[in-house]
Amino acid sequence: MKLTLKVWRQKDAKSKGDFKTYELSDVSPDMSFLEMIDILNEKLIDSKEDPIAFDHDCREGICGSCGLYVNGRAHGLKRGITVCQLHMRSFNDGETVWIEPWRAKPFPVLKDLIVDRSPLDRIMQAGGFISARTGSAPDAHAVLIDHDTAELAMDAAACIGCGACVAACKNASAMLFVSAKVSQFALLPQGHPERESRVLAMVAQMDKEGFGSCTNTGACEAECPKSISITNIARLNREYLKAVIK
Amino acid sequence: MKLDSKIPDGHISEKWYKHRFQLKLVNPANKRKYSAIVVGTGLAGASAAASLAELGYNVSAFCYQDSARRAHSIAAQGGINAAKNYQNDGDSVYRLFYDTVKGGDYRAREANVHRLAEVSGNIIDQCVAQGVPFAREYSGYLDNRSFGGAQVSRTFYARGQTGQQLLLGAYSSLSKQIGLGNVKMFTRHEMVELVVINGRARGIIARDMVSGKIERYVADAVLLCTGGYGNVYYLSTNAKGSNATAIWRAYRKGAAFGNPCYVQIHPTCIPVSGDHQSKLTLMSESLRNDGKVWVPKRGDDTRNPSDIPEADRDYFLERKYPSFGNLVPRDVASRNSKQVCDEGKGVGGSKLAVYLDFRDAISRLGKPKIEERYGNLFQMYEQITAEDPYKTPMRIYPAVHYTMGGLWVDYNLMSTIPGLFVLGEANFSDHGANRLGASALMQGLADGYFVIPYTLGGYFAEGGLDKVTTEHEAFQAAENEAKGRLDRLLSINGTKSVDYYHKALGKIMWDNVGMSRNAKGLEEAIKKIKEIREEFWQNVRVLGANEEINQSLEKAGRVADYMELGELVAKDALQRNESCGGHFREEYQTEENEARRDDENFSYVAAWEYKGDDAEPVMHKEPLQFEYVKPSQRSYK
Ligand SMILES: Cc1cc2nc3c(=O)[nH]c(=O)nc-3n(C[C@H](O)[C@H](O)[C@H](O)COP(=O)(O)OP(=O)(O)OC[C@H]3O[C@@H](n4cnc5c(N)ncnc54)[C@H](O)[C@@H]3O)c2cc1C
Ligand code: FES
Repeated sequence: MKLTLKVWRQKDAKSKGDFKTYELSDVSPDMSFLEMIDILNEKLIDSKEDPIAFDHDCREGICGSCGLYVNGRAHGLKRGITVCQLHMRSFNDGETVWIEPWRAKPFPVLKDLIVDRSPLDRIMQAGGFISARTGSAPDAHAVLIDHDTAELAMDAAACIGCGACVAACKNASAMLFVSAKVSQFALLPQGHPERESRVLAMVAQMDKEGFGSCTNTGACEAECPKSISITNIARLNREYLKAVIK
Repeated sequence: MKLDSKIPDGHISEKWYKHRFQLKLVNPANKRKYSAIVVGTGLAGASAAASLAELGYNVSAFCYQDSARRAHSIAAQGGINAAKNYQNDGDSVYRLFYDTVKGGDYRAREANVHRLAEVSGNIIDQCVAQGVPFAREYSGYLDNRSFGGAQVSRTFYARGQTGQQLLLGAYSSLSKQIGLGNVKMFTRHEMVELVVINGRARGIIARDMVSGKIERYVADAVLLCTGGYGNVYYLSTNAKGSNATAIWRAYRKGAAFGNPCYVQIHPTCIPVSGDHQSKLTLMSESLRNDGKVWVPKRGDDTRNPSDIPEADRDYFLERKYPSFGNLVPRDVASRNSKQVCDEGKGVGGSKLAVYLDFRDAISRLGKPKIEERYGNLFQMYEQITAEDPYKTPMRIYPAVHYTMGGLWVDYNLMSTIPGLFVLGEANFSDHGANRLGASALMQGLADGYFVIPYTLGGYFAEGGLDKVTTEHEAFQAAENEAKGRLDRLLSINGTKSVDYYHKALGKIMWDNVGMSRNAKGLEEAIKKIKEIREEFWQNVRVLGANEEINQSLEKAGRVADYMELGELVAKDALQRNESCGGHFREEYQTEENEARRDDENFSYVAAWEYKGDDAEPVMHKEPLQFEYVKPSQRSYK
């Protein structure tokens, strides 16, 4: 099939960017979206134009590297997948496709489709852990965790840290990201000793990084490639309140 | 070069115990005075960096992704082994040790493997303490599944995302140490040279992948935890950025390369769909717990798979290996799949695929159970192929997946360059000629959590480290080398892209140095690789500059290294006149087409020493002794 691509090109963090139009023919429906960009890049290199820079690594929806808006939607129209899992069979011959980097104040664009997501790492460094020094762990069966609780914790733990929730939110809130980690550890008994300090530290760091507040629009949940539920945000709010009141 | 494996004396079950006592200690107050560079933040690197920082050492960690959490370990699906014997099914440290030595086709070091089995249980404890949400039974106890090459259930898992959960556990411990200031984290940094001073590894040169700045980092020891080199084959299940640059640069500085020809081809991957293919996606081995592998008995059978009656199906693994059935080790499963396809019985458009069928399991256990076990894998499969594996069998084919070979290390995980340690998939150590499923995660975490914290301390405590700074001339020289390479790549301005050359190399490797090899093909490969390497350096086109984000330049550096490493893989395969594990030489097979090992002549580790670009590398042999597991023809019948 044939596609018209409108791709955000920006030389570096300081330069102003703009959309550029590319025509691409011979797109196979079996290609992944990123393979389609690969093909375009090969064409650009052929014509001595700088290829489009974009983050990607695993190309199977788990590392969280890739992240783009496709036609204005984080990771594209299809729910529950990352853009590297999107295949060209989801598009129509002759379609125009808009490709942009995440747009969120805390995520400045570094080049083309690449943004800086290091604020998410810093939130984790502030409190996204259970302090379990290597070597001090008791036997894994010392604490039993019922099946359903373990499954709920796993649902929250499935977050890949891609930043789509932030990109999808009109306030650029990172609440879904933070709540997923807080929930995972609040659900598990191992996480209880640091429960309060954790939520306070993570929320404080989130605010410091300039993420917006949550106004419960649910856009994050809808765009999350791992379908992380916003019930986690409710749990985060409860955890936060409990910690503050104390 | 002298290879001293430093295997401690004594009974196998006491070696590690005694060795830990014999290693000298660094007193707690002095730990702060020592520094280590950890390159890589996968399971091996993240666990090492966190554990060393907890002990008090000064750690700097590097990764090429924008976050430590994205290391390729994140993609591991199926699980991690541990000899907990929670199932009461006869498992033990000794059995895990035995299975691993046998699974590796008697080409691994017994002492290392035993240590791995010994610490395996602690790994699970550690991960649970960190909050890793392993699968649980309704009783609240941890659940297990089975993996290939074992007759016990010892694999712990977190849905089909075990690697992700283990890595996020290690990453959270690492994050804590970064937050405390004990680890300095450098993301989007690629190591491009190793710095060796007075015979010891003392630092690295790294390129800041955003600004292009070439930077110098000094330390008392360097740990390479940079993963495997499967991407030499272009198409593999590895992440796109997985690369061999760190270990290859170290090899060129004097670190011996162990068993480069041991490459694992994984039997269950989604087949290639066209020329655009940029990587291959694994379907976890755990699927073989419930999926049955088959092809139609007749090659020209074009019926819909669900219309093919039982009598017309060949469940070739169950037929040939009744006691292990679908759960034979990977090398055996891959070779058999290739064989039936070579016989013309393959399925799908390309005829290069076999079926992995869940029909029976779904009718036995119900769809919800299968969904709970493998939901995300089924979804992944459907995304890629637009076929629903609940309704129609998966089509799978072998693909390059893991490299057992890597930098040679001694029992302390130290390479032939003092002060250079190698952990995880980047070293050659524990898996011999074939790795069993769910054992790479175990090894990465064993190395990082439970081995290096002891052995690195032992190295420091021995003393003899000079004071050096980044002003040392060796840093200048290494920086010049790195810059020279980058400049050269940018100035060629040829006509073909980096990917073009990478694909061309991959094709040679897959065709001639892949699942089955022969002397003629290998000699041809060596010749062709040389030619294509020369052409690459004449004709590659890398646009842009160094002083910016330049993904073509990053790729070019990596591919340049693959062009050299690929040749070494072929050379190693050529000298090994036997078949063992993942290395199958057509000339050396039994009448039943099984691998024929030659213990008399090839029971050794091949450790290659670099001798310069114009000289042939020299192979050294570390003889392997088997005192406990007696080598026999590996049988899974
Ligand atoms: C799809 C898939 C599924 C798998 N499933 C399983 C499984 O179920 N069970 C199992 O046991 N094993 C599995 N494996 C194997 C296992 O995941 C890997 O062997 C293991 O995770 C490797 O870990 P590592 O820490 O050695 O390296 P990696 O996780 O590969 O980490 C490498 C690190 O090095 C960094 N790096 C690399 N080069 C450089 C450089 N030049 N400069 C700076 N940094 C660099 C990277 O940024 C990264 O942080 C699987 C592998 C794949 C591909
Ligand atoms: S590239 Fe890893 S999630 Fe898309």
